[in-house]
Amino acid sequence: MSGPPTTEVYRIDWVPGTDTLHGLCHCGAERSGQDPVEMWEWMLAHPVGHGAEPR
Amino acid sequence: MTAFARNQWYVAAYGREVGRDLLGRTILNEPVAFYRSEETGTVVALADRCVHRRFPLTAGRLDGDRVVCGYHGFTYDTTGTCVYVPGQKRIPRTARVNSYPVVEQDSFVWVWIGDPALADPGAVPRAKHLADPGWTTVGGMEPIDAGYGLLVDNLMDLSHETYLHGGYIGTPEVAETPTTTEVDEGAGIVRVSRHMDDAECPPFYARSTGIEGRITRWQDIEYHAPCLYLLHSRIAPVGVLPGPDGDDSHAFHVEITYAITPSTDGHVYDFWCVSRDFAQDDEEVTTFLHDFNRTVVMQDVDALNLLQKALDTEPEGYQELSINIDTGGLAARRILARLAAEGAGPSVPVPAPAR
Ligand code: FES
Ligand SMILES: [Fe+2]
Ligand SMILES: [Zn+2]
Repeated sequence: MSGPPTTEVYRIDWVPGTDTLHGLCHCGAERSGQDPVEMWEWMLAHPVGHGAEPR
Repeated sequence: MTAFARNQWYVAAYGREVGRDLLGRTILNEPVAFYRSEETGTVVALADRCVHRRFPLTAGRLDGDRVVCGYHGFTYDTTGTCVYVPGQKRIPRTARVNSYPVVEQDSFVWVWIGDPALADPGAVPRAKHLADPGWTTVGGMEPIDAGYGLLVDNLMDLSHETYLHGGYIGTPEVAETPTTTEVDEGAGIVRVSRHMDDAECPPFYARSTGIEGRITRWQDIEYHAPCLYLLHSRIAPVGVLPGPDGDDSHAFHVEITYAITPSTDGHVYDFWCVSRDFAQDDEEVTTFLHDFNRTVVMQDVDALNLLQKALDTEPEGYQELSINIDTGGLAARRILARLAAEGAGPSVPVPAPAR
C-alpha cells in the first residue's frame, strides 16, 4: 500500500516541444531517450548502469 | 490479466451503502457480505458463503447483529462464529465463516482480504476532502466487465480525454501537453502531472465554474497503488497562478477521486467522486457535475468493456506499443506487479502471473 514519501524517487520528464524523455534517478544518474519502456528498464535497474556502482 | 495484490486495503463500498440490509460485493474473487452493527455502528464484513451448504449469506437476514442463513438457519455473530444451528445443541467447532478487517474512513468502507495479521488500519491511504465540509462531493460506482489493470491504464493516461471524452472533459491540449512522471518506489505512489498554460475550457469546467475564456488547467495525478487514485485538478483563467505566498483562492479546485477495486479476474468496481471547493451550496452545479461526470465515466466503462472483449479474443502474448503518453501507466503496472509478488508469500495463494 502507499506510505509516507520516501527518497527513492524516480522521475521521467517528457521534454516540452520535443519527443524526448529525460530520466533522473534518485542517485543522480540521468539519461535521455524516446521509449518509455526502455527508460523504465534503465531507471529501475538502479544502481546497475547508473555509473556509480562499484566495479 | 493483472495479478492481485492481496495484502492491501481496498474500497468495498461507500459508508452510506452499508446499513441494516446485507450488502454483497466480490473483492479479489472473494464474495463478502457487509452490514452495519446495530450495537456499535461499525461495519462488519463476513465471507458471503454459509459454512453448511455454501448458501450466500446475503440472501439471508439480520437478527440484531447476527446473520441468519436463509437456507437452514445457521446463525453467525459479528466475528463469523456460528452461534446456532437448527435441531441440535452441539455446534461443530469448525462452524465459522471468515471475517475481514474493515476501516471506515473518508466516506469509504475499506476491507482487507489478505492475511489479517498484516492489516494495519493506519496504512489506509487518505482522501480527506471526501469527508471535509469545505468540499462538496458527488459520486457513484460503476462495475466494469474488464480486468482492473485496464482501469488503471485508463486513469494513468489522461490523453484519452481528448478522444474518448472530446466535447465533455477533453480538449486538444490534453493530448498535446507533455507530462512529468514520478515514482516514489518506497511509498508506492505514482505521480503524473500535466500543466496546460493556455487551453480551451471544456464544458465540464465552463458550466460548473462559469469561466468563459481560455484557461490554465493543471492535472496532477497521485496514484496510491493499488486502489486509491487522486486527480488534483486546478482551473483558472489563463495566466492566473498561485501567489508567491501559496494563496490560490483565485482558482477553482476539483478533486477527482477513484477507488479501483478488483472484483474478479475480469471485473472491477469503479468508484468515482468529484469534489469542488466552489459553489458548494449550488444544487444546480451539484446536479450538473454528477450527471455530466457519470456520462464521462460511462464513456470509459463502455470503452473498457469493449476493450476487454477484444483482448479476450487475442492470442496469448499479444503485442502492445507504448509511447510517451504511457510513461505513467507503465510505472503503475510495474508497482502493481511488485505488490502482487510481495503478497504471494507462503500463507497466501499465489496469484496467476501477469502476462
Ligand atoms: S446453507 Fe446455510 S444453513 Fe444450510
Ligand atoms: Fe476517461
Ligand atoms: Zn540510480
